[in-house]
Amino acid sequence: MNTADQYLKAIYLVQEAENGPASTGAIADRLDVSPASANEMIGKLEAQDLAEHEKYKGVDLTDEGIHRAREALQTYCIIERFLVDVLEVEDYQGEARQLESVIDETVAERLDTIIDRRPQCPDCFDPDTDVCEFLEVPVTADD
Amino acid sequence: MSLARPVGSDHQLARLLQIGIVLEEVVEARAAKHVEVAEADLDPEVRAFLEGAAEESADHRARLETLIAELDVDTVAFEEIEPLVAERYEADTDFDGVLYDQLCNEETAYKFYDDLIEAIGTSEVTFGVDREHLLAVLEAIREEEAAGVERVTELMEDRT
Repeated sequence: MNTADQYLKAIYLVQEAENGPASTGAIADRLDVSPASANEMIGKLEAQDLAEHEKYKGVDLTDEGIHRAREALQTYCIIERFLVDVLEVEDYQGEARQLESVIDETVAERLDTIIDRRPQCPDCFDPDTDVCEFLEVPVTADD
Repeated sequence: MSLARPVGSDHQLARLLQIGIVLEEVVEARAAKHVEVAEADLDPEVRAFLEGAAEESADHRARLETLIAELDVDTVAFEEIEPLVAERYEADTDFDGVLYDQLCNEETAYKFYDDLIEAIGTSEVTFGVDREHLLAVLEAIREEEAAGVERVTELMEDRT
């Protein structure tokens, strides 16, 4: 997943959690980058008509931005579920965040053929806990 | 600004190699399943291609397993992954057509190794496996995936 898609996913999740525009600070916090870096990328997303930034209000994704953000979120969901269901990784969230920049959407689609993801994905993703609400993590899961 | 993270540890490298093994197993299992399901109707040339693809994936998997064995990390044994792949193959209906499916397999594997090689290239970590050897193995596998894409594309063109 490329950097722009990671930003779109983060903006989408912040908007979902706040039910409104996403502040630059919240986006930066979610991605663990500086506000200056976040501002720079938001400008690039605006130039591509993927987001709209209104000063003092925040960032809203356009329809195209939302579409790409949801695809990126699906890719992330596949990685998390694959780590839990197939590889039985205990720190699946930490590892998913490390892996998402290396795992491409097409690779995730292949991994998706061996996991059992809900049809409503990614609407079942909880932005507060950063995990699918239906993902069952075995108590005995061990890395 | 980039959020791209280089491969930062033996553990993460082993995890990525493990994902590569699963991708190879998917190719192997699906190719075998195609041969089994389409037994009577299968063109001999396509059958030979599928059998070759399965053999090649088994070979790639063995090479990746050798790399993981050189890293001092615990991983899930392949024997635990294999039945999961086989079990869930049945439920998949997303990909139509044997050759198209194999094209997706080969292209996906190529993309995976290409991204992995790039991520290793930007990492400054000293891995528990020799970096030059690691990259040589992955680059060789990537080239074989590229050749696989060409082969399956030719087969598809011959049939249109």
